Amino acid sequence: MNFWSFITQNRYEVASLTLEHLWIVGISTVLAVVVGIPLGVLITRKRSLHKPVIAIANIIQTIPSLALFGFLLPAPWIGERAERLAILALTLYALLPLIRNTYVGITSVDRAIVDAARGMGLTDWQLLYKVELPLAASVILAGIRVALVISIGLATIAAAIGAGGLGELIFRGLAMVNNSVILAGAIPAAVMALLADSLLGWLEKRFTPQRAA
Amino acid sequence: MTDATPVVEFSDVSYVLPDGRKILQDLSFEARRGEILILLGRSGSGKTTALKLINRLLELSSGELRVDGRSSKDWNVIELRRHIGYAIQEVGLFPHYTVARNIALVPSIQNWPKDKIDARVQELLRLVGLNSDISSRYPHQLSGGQRQRVGVARALAADPPILLMDEPFGALDPLTRADLQREFLSLQQQLGKTVLFVTHDLHEALRLGTRIALLEEGRLVSLTSANEFLTSSEPLVKKYVEAFGTTERQPEKP
Repeated sequence: MNFWSFITQNRYEVASLTLEHLWIVGISTVLAVVVGIPLGVLITRKRSLHKPVIAIANIIQTIPSLALFGFLLPAPWIGERAERLAILALTLYALLPLIRNTYVGITSVDRAIVDAARGMGLTDWQLLYKVELPLAASVILAGIRVALVISIGLATIAAAIGAGGLGELIFRGLAMVNNSVILAGAIPAAVMALLADSLLGWLEKRFTPQRAA
Repeated sequence: MTDATPVVEFSDVSYVLPDGRKILQDLSFEARRGEILILLGRSGSGKTTALKLINRLLELSSGELRVDGRSSKDWNVIELRRHIGYAIQEVGLFPHYTVARNIALVPSIQNWPKDKIDARVQELLRLVGLNSDISSRYPHQLSGGQRQRVGVARALAADPPILLMDEPFGALDPLTRADLQREFLSLQQQLGKTVLFVTHDLHEALRLGTRIALLEEGRLVSLTSANEFLTSSEPLVKKYVEAFGTTERQPEKP
């Protein structure tokens, strides 16, 4: 049985696993954005928190994904369902690029612009949402892009703990020593990563601030 | 138009960095209503720091600074800054805002009604000699001179009685700079703002200044009218004047 006939015969299963995959990746990326961007902003305001926050996010990044799934297993509520566990783990992995890019994006806004804004009486909030976030948007989007592409790949491993997604086909194919089944999981995941990458790349370009020639 | 009412007063103001370096030491002077007070000095003399103490972008270490008779510490910092226009070198225009939105920044955060803001933007564009068709452009689409004009218009937007200007014309070619200086002077005669103007350019200081305060290593060396500055016997002032060569107000030596 070759790859194409497997896909066509199992199109409903492939489609539903793809949706499951998208769901896990989507939710975890949204959570990482909701947590990571405020944390990134926070460490631009409290510079003393910068090092510890980045260090923790860095350490999380170095934990092998299978081990992280294992560590989280005893957690209450989270550990009850594999899907929750996968979402939490992917969120944790996605934090570093988000925190770091938010921090870098905001701190690299031209000092003259920030001084002018503060000098004219913008409050800290106004400075943030009128000046810093819009000017950092392209760098933050680059962080989301990295996080998203990494998550799509990592999410395949979540199938090892029964969280579903395209990884299920990969693990099944491995067990059956059947390349077509492996590819039926791997290729949609790769296509998903490429699509996400070009979509975010396009957004990033749109949000790049215009500079003097 | 100038009267003796002090609008910005420095009394023994010092500014010390956390590492102990003294940037300003016991600075005392005042800017009077309606005058252009030049803060002149070489780079590192502390003139920009002095300016930033006024709108509290930096907080002074000791002494007292009064704005309109009230200690700057007693002002709500946001209110204080909106009371003072601020224009800086390289302008600090927001690159993601059009010219109109840049100029409208302070009125819009003060929630002026939209039609009043639009009218004010048009008025300011005329005032600084810009054509109203540039209002929908972005800063990177403007020439250096146009950007500086927008910067001045933005600083004037909410009609603040005090203007702080930190080398606003520094990055321009000499001809454009002369144009802007001339226009600024006539603008100032119409508006009668109290202006504190930082520059290292003696010609600019002489052309614009009502009075000139010379700073050196964080201290006030002299404070004189522009005319007195050229004839001052203060050695550092003399050095400064010599370094800039002869000026039109100084007779040629045979």
